[in-house]
Amino acid sequence: MPWFSPEEWVAIRLSLKVAVVASLASLPFGIALGWLLARRQFPGKALLDALVHLPLVLPPVVMGYTLLVTLGTQGTIGAFLKEHLGIVFAFRWTGAALACAVMGFPLMVRAIRLSLESADRRLEQAASTLGAGPWRVFFTITLPLAWPGIVAGAVLGFAKALGEFGATITFVSNIPGETQTLSSAIYGLMQVPGGEAGIWRLAAVAVVISLGALLLSEWLVRRHQHRREA
Amino acid sequence: MLRLDIELRRGAFARHVQVESDARVVALVGPSGAGKTTVLNAIAGLVTPRSGHIEVDDRCLFDSARRIDVPAHRRRVGYVFQEARLFPHLDVRRNLRYGRHGGRAAERFGFDAVVALLGIGHLLDRHPRNLSGGEAQRVAIGRALLSQPALLLFDEPLSALDQARREELIPYLQRVRDEIRLPMIYVSHHPDEVRRIADDVRTLD
Repeated sequence: MPWFSPEEWVAIRLSLKVAVVASLASLPFGIALGWLLARRQFPGKALLDALVHLPLVLPPVVMGYTLLVTLGTQGTIGAFLKEHLGIVFAFRWTGAALACAVMGFPLMVRAIRLSLESADRRLEQAASTLGAGPWRVFFTITLPLAWPGIVAGAVLGFAKALGEFGATITFVSNIPGETQTLSSAIYGLMQVPGGEAGIWRLAAVAVVISLGALLLSEWLVRRHQHRREA
Repeated sequence: MLRLDIELRRGAFARHVQVESDARVVALVGPSGAGKTTVLNAIAGLVTPRSGHIEVDDRCLFDSARRIDVPAHRRRVGYVFQEARLFPHLDVRRNLRYGRHGGRAAERFGFDAVVALLGIGHLLDRHPRNLSGGEAQRVAIGRALLSQPALLLFDEPLSALDQARREELIPYLQRVRDEIRLPMIYVSHHPDEVRRIADDVRTLD
């Protein structure tokens, strides 16, 4: 017995694809910015911090509109990307991924920054005296020890990406198969009489996936802590 | 061996420290807060003095006048901290080997020799969380030695241990002093320890 209609399957698969790509692609940037904000002082730091948090407080629709204006095919950066690199975000799933990545970024950076701030600097100092240069210290000591926070950050980014709606629908609209994620699909169904059953199914899927992600993240963190209890 | 003349400044803390010694094992003693650890950190490159110069065995590590400040990871200083500071996510063997990387040059201090010297062969597969304080310190000393340093720094390595462990560890330190024969700078506020290990004692106050 098919649990979901083909359209619903498409929406589920697309949501997963978009959320995974969004969180994985933004992770290196999240780590870099988390590190910068946790470890360095520089002029304009407060401004950078505020900019990173902007998507958290700005209305999602405004965020989506900003993306449209800059990265849509008519936008300043968007036109350049299309012209010279053949990259198009507007009305594509890549645009959905970008919108979700941007909206989830502040949560990711916060979690990673917190984790890096609580990393034991004395161990990094010890590694320095043993001859490890800054990059080696970062990859062999800092990162492994900050791992729980990074995982938490990635999962938060994933969960936020899964639930993103306002920015996505403003930037790349609601095209089945291309940009219709779970949230957009549910929204669409609400405007159709008799769509309740579909809404319940999709909502249940969203809950299951999010719960699964959170449990996985908890388990990974717990296992990591257990292994390195010193 | 050591020519150090520095101005240390950190917040409200300001000290001028000068130590010149040709002894191979120099002890720095003094009350808590006198800045002994800060001096070691300056020698290791973990802290930058406001001004001055630091030379070890005619190698210049820091000279504010000549704008020389060798980064910590290039100073070839083996540092044994008060709390061992073993890496909790690596086993003892990997901790020991952490300092050995890249160098093609023949090693002066071989793995087996150091392990034998410190009696830690039976600990190689353990994790730091399963080591006693004394064992952890011996691994820390081994780890510092295996990074092929030109100088050894000890920051009150026995202070975190009880009397029995301290007694157990002092002979190991003496062996390191006598068999490895590297220059050593030893910070402690236990006169007994200092007397048994150092050739020259300087007081910071």
